[in-house]
Amino acid sequence: METINFEERFQEYVHSEQKVEPKHWMPEPYRKTLIRQISQHAHSEVVGMLPEANWISRAPSLRRKVALLAKVQDEAGHGLYLYSAAETLGADRADLVGDLLSGKAKYSSIFNYPTRSWADIGAIGWLVDGAAIANQVMLCRTSYGPYARAMVRICKEESFHQRQGYEIMLALCKGTKEQKEMAQDALNRWWWPSLMMFGPTDKESTNSAQSMNWKIKRKSNDELRQEFIDKTVPQAEFLGLTIPDEQLEWDEKTGHYRFGPIDWEEFYHVLKGNGPCNKERLEARNKAHDDGRWVREAANAFAKKTQERKGEHSAA
Amino acid sequence: MENPLLSYTLFLADNSLITGQRLSEWCGHGPILEQDIALSNIALDHLGQARMLLQYAAEQKGEGWTEDRLAYFRDEKNFRNLLMTELPKGDWGYTVMRAFLYDTYHFYEMTSLLQSKDKQLRAIAQKAIKEIRYHAQWSAEWVIRLGDGTEESHQRIKRSLVELWPFTGEFFETDEAASGLNANGIAPSYTHIRTQWNAKVEEVLALATLERPADGWMQSGGRKGAHTEHMGYLLAEMQHIPRSYPDAQW
Repeated sequence: METINFEERFQEYVHSEQKVEPKHWMPEPYRKTLIRQISQHAHSEVVGMLPEANWISRAPSLRRKVALLAKVQDEAGHGLYLYSAAETLGADRADLVGDLLSGKAKYSSIFNYPTRSWADIGAIGWLVDGAAIANQVMLCRTSYGPYARAMVRICKEESFHQRQGYEIMLALCKGTKEQKEMAQDALNRWWWPSLMMFGPTDKESTNSAQSMNWKIKRKSNDELRQEFIDKTVPQAEFLGLTIPDEQLEWDEKTGHYRFGPIDWEEFYHVLKGNGPCNKERLEARNKAHDDGRWVREAANAFAKKTQERKGEHSAA
Repeated sequence: MENPLLSYTLFLADNSLITGQRLSEWCGHGPILEQDIALSNIALDHLGQARMLLQYAAEQKGEGWTEDRLAYFRDEKNFRNLLMTELPKGDWGYTVMRAFLYDTYHFYEMTSLLQSKDKQLRAIAQKAIKEIRYHAQWSAEWVIRLGDGTEESHQRIKRSLVELWPFTGEFFETDEAASGLNANGIAPSYTHIRTQWNAKVEEVLALATLERPADGWMQSGGRKGAHTEHMGYLLAEMQHIPRSYPDAQW
């Protein structure tokens, strides 16, 4: 009797660049990896709202205020599509959110850094969204269909956010001496954490090889990081700002920028929960959840009553 | 005395600005992601309306005034918004009840302004009315849901209704400038708006199993620039960057 090896068939299928859809057979570790990755991504969108929302009430012009509020609202929307994409894999949104609130699930460490000045809103848009886009553009071609499609939509909005962020930086750099100092200070603080967003070096990255083989990931952490640096350095030059890396240098031979060593010790500390704002971010999410409990209960109770009344009505 | 049209435009503008500023405090902190998005959307509508109205006020004022200079460089006593709009956001029930009482009023006010003899106010009302209709519907639905939800939600929203009620009297006050504008067909009759508002509020409160509080002593002062203690903090937060760097462009 001929036996069919599902795993091999699956591997051939993704290698022929076909998309995996919710009802298809998939190896359990593929499903688990995706649930973990997509939910972490969703949590990052939702936690990522906090450092920026921090500045909505203080935005220095009405145009900037409206743009920032709209941007943070887009992130909530991204969180929603991503939770929905995770649900297509059989995960439950309430459980995923529970894991975030209990501290079991991870989210992008970048959001554990504080936003200290208005220029941070520019720097986040330019650098953090820029780094996120490098990763997300790749994910538009990921092997899981619903994730890939969510990414196409998210990338469009993220590119818009990145332009907005860069435009904030541009206005500051064309402005007064204090504004330019604000911009440089923000770049100094966000540059290295942005490079860390791509994750550990390829040598250290434990999950990467399997994800590449399943075509979930299409480029390595180091490749994506290099692309980001190559793209961003000329943008900093255009602003007249200095990247805080003395070893940064253009390499004719490779056609890439060489850069100094990344402080991975800091990275692992923030990941473990020792970043400047880890505690505040989780507390803020927990507070919103706890304060909202009575509201969600009331909405459910009302929906149930309405349903019952409809039932009585149609029975009568 | 300030030109009545300018004074009235600023009254409308400041109500939208302060409402938008308060509502945007919920962004990132809502009870569920879907409602976080809905409320941010509503805050965005108010801020968008505030910008159109402030631009119109700046045009009337001339002499280099802009929407931002009006928002960021006026002192508290020159803000004319209703006191209710500046009260702290409270819990979700308080925010929803305040939104309902104000949105219902705002809806009838803007509906009347669709007939204004002032072309610019009419145009702004035309642009805003769809948004405001949605706000009034959204907040009425939430009042009903919380009023007729659980015992806890009923008690909470009832308390908010009682606390907010004394701030509703100010909605319908008319000063000399406003009655003059009404006579010229520019501003609506607030007596008429009061009748419409009363009917709608009673209808929705009944559906929410809530009792309409009696009209007792009403708070007043916003239009004249006599604000609550909360207003100073709101403005300090909103205005501090432009005021710290008065020569900067952002």
